[in-house]
Amino acid sequence: MVVTNMLYNLGRYVNLLRDAFSRPEKFSMYYKETMRQMDAIGVGSVFIVLLISVFIGMVTAVQFADQLGDSFVPSYYIGYIVRDITIIEMAPTITCLVLAGKVGSNLAAEIGGMRQKEHIDAMEIMGVNTAAYLIMPKIIAAVVVIPMLVAISAFVSIIGGYISTVLPGTISHTEYVLGLRSFFVPRYVFMMFVKAAVFAFLLTSVSCYMGYYVKGGSIELGQASTNAVVVSDVLILVFDFLIALLLT
Amino acid sequence: MIRTENIVKSFGDNDVLKGITTEFYAGKPNLIIGSSGAGKTVLLKLLIGLFQPTSGKVYYDDIDLFSLSDERLREIRMKVGMLFQGNALFDSMTVGENIRFPMDMFTKMTLKEKEKRVDECLEMVNMEGVNDRYPSEVSGGMQKRVGIARAMVLEPKYLFCDEPNSGLDPKTSILIDELICDLTTRNNITTVINTHDMNSVMGIGDNIVLLKDGNLVWQGDKTQVLESKSSVLQDFIFASPFLRRLREDALKQRHAQE
Repeated sequence: MVVTNMLYNLGRYVNLLRDAFSRPEKFSMYYKETMRQMDAIGVGSVFIVLLISVFIGMVTAVQFADQLGDSFVPSYYIGYIVRDITIIEMAPTITCLVLAGKVGSNLAAEIGGMRQKEHIDAMEIMGVNTAAYLIMPKIIAAVVVIPMLVAISAFVSIIGGYISTVLPGTISHTEYVLGLRSFFVPRYVFMMFVKAAVFAFLLTSVSCYMGYYVKGGSIELGQASTNAVVVSDVLILVFDFLIALLLT
Repeated sequence: MIRTENIVKSFGDNDVLKGITTEFYAGKPNLIIGSSGAGKTVLLKLLIGLFQPTSGKVYYDDIDLFSLSDERLREIRMKVGMLFQGNALFDSMTVGENIRFPMDMFTKMTLKEKEKRVDECLEMVNMEGVNDRYPSEVSGGMQKRVGIARAMVLEPKYLFCDEPNSGLDPKTSILIDELICDLTTRNNITTVINTHDMNSVMGIGDNIVLLKDGNLVWQGDKTQVLESKSSVLQDFIFASPFLRRLREDALKQRHAQE
């Protein structure tokens, strides 16, 4: 039963994506909607991303400094570890998990609300390809904007690490910067952007799918919103592992 | 004209429509009536193509709706206007933007031309000057009229109205009915109205289709309602003792005149 249900949802999800990426009726309308979504997803999420990122950087640096203690490992490694852990894992994964909660639930509720208020039926009757008009701009906007947010997140986390270790005097400015400049592997930045783009696609498409097929009333809308977050989070973690396997 | 041929629609084991064959004519209001659960909304959604029938056919003039590709279906739908029970106006857009939306999506008109057309449509429904208000800032009756204006903006050949009078006071209901009737006859539109409202039946019912338990049990016009011997029709339309008395009085009067 569970397997049948999963296959049914997977098939419906693939069909919805196929419809979502069909030819737009009018390019200018889709462009306008994509810009609007970029603003909503990107600008609307900057504050929460900054807040989380600075704390992630601070905590990572403090914890690692504590682990080092009086060991023989040079203290400039704090900068190195904060940089790599942020770029490889924390910035893309944590940011996207948070965005799955913020943006994903919002998208599912927005599209689900439109379904319940017959807005989607109204558009269908006008001749609009609703899957394309409502979903494609959101996915494109997210895939463009979320990697930018992730890059900002990585940068701010590194600053967070600096604040929590250099300012109290745990290590010096020179040591932290030396750590940041040591053993740099450019491929990790590429991996960060790949992860960000894949996670962005997953969290928007899954959330839109949950909202698009919502039935019933407010309870079902709430469930769809919750499912959007839970399924997106699980998929982000699974794909995080898969990308790590493929690109490491 | 819209024609249905032996339409059957089932949801699992539940047969909601059991073979509906009928016609809806151009230039006159066609009413679908029936008690709750009779299958009115399902029939309306089938006519629009939002549901697929289990069997049977729907013809728009001579075009079989369900044999069309998705793209062709969208072309047909551009000739369709729909007024929803809950209006389905987009909350985040102003009244003017709501009405302009189909033109933004499907036409190459300039902004000036589109705004002129919006003004024409608002004038048509006696709602001049509300372009910049949001749907939540106008009354229920005004929202209905905005819904009609949006449905009419691309000059549809087919107009569908799902319970256009629900939630409105009797006077506003009559105004909405008259407006729909006027637009239908003036533009020779095939209008299908799904209603419970007996004022509508007796006021604008030029072609009435009565459904009961998924079957078409009576079809006629408003002039035939009083005289009809169909017990299902009489039980449905003259449901209260007051209305039954009114009918008897009207019949007596008519026979006395004859």
